[in-house]
Order: sequence, then C-alpha cells, then structure tokens
Amino acid sequence: MAIVRLLDPVALRADFEIYERDFRGRRLAYLDSAATSLKPRVVAQAMAGYLNRYSANVHRGIYEIGEEATAAYEAARARIAAFIGAADPHEIVMVRNATEAINLVAYAWGRKNIRQADTIVLTEMEHHSNLIPWQLLAQEKDADLEFVPFDDEGRLLQDSYEVLLRTEPKLVAFTAVSNGMGTINPTVDMIRRAHEAGALVLVDAAQAVPHEPVNVQQLGCDFLVFSGHKMLGPPGSGALWARREILEEMPPFMGGGEMIREVKLRHSTFNEVPYRFEAGTPDVSAAIGLGAAIDYLNEIGMERVRAHEKELVDYALAVLPERVPTIRIHGPMTSADRAGIVTFNLADAHPHDVATLLDREAVAVRAGHHCTMPLHQRLGEEASARASFHIYTDHEDIDRLAEALNKVERLFARPA
Amino acid sequence: MDDLYRDEILEHYRNPHNFGILEEPTTAKEGANPLCGDRITLMLGISDDGTVQDVAFTGRGCAISQASASMLTDEIKGKSLDEIAHLGRQDVLDNLGIEISPARMKCAMLSLETLREAVKDRVAWQAEDEG
Repeated sequence: MAIVRLLDPVALRADFEIYERDFRGRRLAYLDSAATSLKPRVVAQAMAGYLNRYSANVHRGIYEIGEEATAAYEAARARIAAFIGAADPHEIVMVRNATEAINLVAYAWGRKNIRQADTIVLTEMEHHSNLIPWQLLAQEKDADLEFVPFDDEGRLLQDSYEVLLRTEPKLVAFTAVSNGMGTINPTVDMIRRAHEAGALVLVDAAQAVPHEPVNVQQLGCDFLVFSGHKMLGPPGSGALWARREILEEMPPFMGGGEMIREVKLRHSTFNEVPYRFEAGTPDVSAAIGLGAAIDYLNEIGMERVRAHEKELVDYALAVLPERVPTIRIHGPMTSADRAGIVTFNLADAHPHDVATLLDREAVAVRAGHHCTMPLHQRLGEEASARASFHIYTDHEDIDRLAEALNKVERLFARPA
Repeated sequence: MDDLYRDEILEHYRNPHNFGILEEPTTAKEGANPLCGDRITLMLGISDDGTVQDVAFTGRGCAISQASASMLTDEIKGKSLDEIAHLGRQDVLDNLGIEISPARMKCAMLSLETLREAVKDRVAWQAEDEG
C-alpha cells in the first residue's frame, strides 16, 4: 500500500477566515464538523462570483450570463459525480441536503415500490433523517420497518442483519458512518448481502463523503446521499446519486418548472433525469460553492483527509481517557473502524453543561442527541457530547478539549 | 470557566432541595425538553385555600435545569396560587444569577413552564368542580 503523506492542518487554516477571529483571546477550537464543517474562502468566493457577476437562472436564459450560469451549475454536477465515482453526471440529483435526498427516494421510489407488508431494513444507529422518511412511508403503506441492532462498542450485529435479510426486504437503508458514534460500517459487505437477498440499498453517506474516498461503483449500492455543508461546502447543497435505470423508473418528487417536458392544463409529461427531480430554480450559488469545495478537497486528496482524521482518532482515544478520568467514550475504540467522531459522557456533568463550559474556553462541541434519539436510548444516555474533526483539526484542539474537560470534571466532582 | 456556574448552582445540582415524591399530590406534572433530554416531574400539595403547602420534584438533566427546579420549588413553598401566577422568567433568572445563553434558556425555564402547566391543571380542575 502506498504511503499517504499527512496533511498539515495548521497550514490549511490559513484558508479559513474563521481562524482570524478572536474568541476570548484564543483561536476557536472547532470540534463540531460532524454537524457542519467550516468553509474555506474559495467556497464563498465562488458563490460571490456567481451572485455578483453572472446571477442568471439556469437552463433558461438564451444570453451570455444565462449560459455561464448553466455551465457553472452543470460543472458542479459533473464535479460531484466524479467525486463519488459516478459513471454519469445525470445520475446526480441536486438537492438541499441528505435529508431532502432521502425524502426524495422515500416519496418517489418508495411510494411506487413499497407495498403493504413489505419490509424495509434500517439500523438502530440511523440519523433521524434516515428514519423518519421511512416511518412516514411505512405508515402510509402499512409496511414493516426492521432494525439492525448494534453491540456495546457501536458495531452493527451482522448475525442479526443476516436474520433480517431472510425477511426478503425491498430496501435496506443504512448509514456508512454513524454520526452518533463514528462507527464505520462494513458498507461493501452489507450492500452485497442485501443484494443477494433481493433488496435495493440506500447508503446515507453524509458522514462518509466529506471524510474518506467514496466510490459508488465500488460500493455497488443503488442510492447514495450526502450534504455539501459537511464537506466544506455551503448549506443548501447536496446530492442524491442513484443508478440511472432506477432514476428513469421513478415518478417525479416535486412538481413545477424545470421538471416538465410538455404541459397541458390537465396533464403533463416530465423531463428526463435528473431534471425531472429538480423542480423550480435550484440553489445555484450553493451548487457552485460545493463544486469549489470539491476542487479544494481533491487538491488535498481524500486519502489524506481520512489518514489525518484516523491519526486524530488514535490520539483522542489515547489521551482523553488518560487526562479525563471520568470520561465514557461511546463507539468503537479502534481507529480502523472509527471516523473522526468521538462521542462521550462525563460521570458527573451533563453534556449541556459540558458544552456550555467548553464554550468559555473557545472549544466548540455538540451536546444533545445529535438527531439520533433511538441510538441514545440504546446507549442508555439521555444525551451525549461529541467532538468531531476535519482537515483543520490538530492535536492542539484535542489537547484543549482534554484540558477543558478536566476542568469541568473537577468543577463537578462530588465532594469526597 | 469557574465563574460561570457559581457554587450555589452546583450545590443545588448535587443536592437538590425538595427532591423526591409526594405520595398524594393535589397535582403533578411532567415536563421535558425533548431536544436536550432534560425532564422533571413536579408535584404540588395545595391546601383548600390555594396555598402550596408541599412541593417536590424528581428529574434528571443538566445543572441549569435541575438547579432551577430546586430553587423554584424553594421559592413557591408556602405561596398562594395567586402569588405563583405572578412568577415570571426574570424571577428564575434572578434565582440562578448567572448568564444564560439563548441556547440554554429552555433548560433554565423547564421548571417554570412545568409549574405553569401544573397550576393551569389545578385551576381547570377547580373550575370543573365548581361547575
């Protein structure tokens, strides 16, 4: 295997204006990239370029800036397609975020293909965005939802998965990486087994695409979704990838302009894919911003992003228990199957108090259930705190986290 | 960081006042912040003349929500429902005496909101009784 040269987070910070800000006399230790990443200047610059210089609508204007806007928008689609190894840019549907992508599949594919008593297999670690759309569909169709449980280290129980596959589900939908625990699931193997059982597979890659190389053809899945704002891009950008023959068979999602071919008063015919699923004027600037973010990530290289975060996980898993004696870390304790997400509880301090007190030290972590209430029920925690990484994270961030947690711990320690 | 959570709040959090259950409460109400996971159950023993004679709560959650409940239950004990009806958000903030950021306001106000719901039930129950 080739050696991957580690990236230099401190040098990369020069590309992020937020590091020029002063937070109580220090730079921000931003440890909430699983919620949303920071954005490099080039992203805002690309968006401003469109908004200031050629802000025409796409696929409409028969004039110079209209053609520029369309070209930039379609170039962003092509970058997204290439970034995840899609064979054809027309397999990319531009959406606002992963949530919209899953809702699109549940509505357009699901309502056509899921019938009464059909089974959809999910997991107990899904983000609400990969749970609620299927609940709504199952309620409407009187279909069944089944859930793959996970063990005490946050790994999906593959034997249980095997048993659930014997119910011959129509669809298996699961996250490639748990936003709640950082678990990297055995995606390729789970997809292969689902296909052997006759199911289609949707992969929620919201925590995967921003942090590691993802190739839909190597994965072999049928649907894959992700958000732009977690991968250095702007909010309002994201993508649904689906195999073309599946998209071709899917009825529209939302109705309106752009998604039509010919409109009569009482009926219409619909545009080709992916435009059939992109009703109305899209967020052109967000798409262009995501294209710029992808260029930026490609320049670094996704293997290096993953290697960097893996090294940070090793460091965090080593120093946090050592320096913060009452910490309980959830999820896998090995970096090989853990993404740059460390979720934890302190023995005596509630996660909300932890986050509030860390904020005083300019350390930003997430506290709450991270849109994974069933996962937290399984963990037996009302809430947890979560530190998550990206290219600009370094050891110093984790040192500051450990130091601040140690202070919180001492503040809350019960008198002996 | 030490100045944010003053000792009094940590003391109320560690050893909350009026923490427990009333065996025969006149009214009991559960309140929760689903987003945070904070929850409390507030129990009131209200005398015929409308005075809160006994009060207790159980719950779990962050220091702000639990200290706020501890302080509020101290405050309402012995007060009439009329007096309680006048308790507002500023009273809760005054009790806590620390800076509460907008994101934590729900934690601070959980006990007051639960109390208002509990008292609302009681008033409604009296109205039914009179009818």
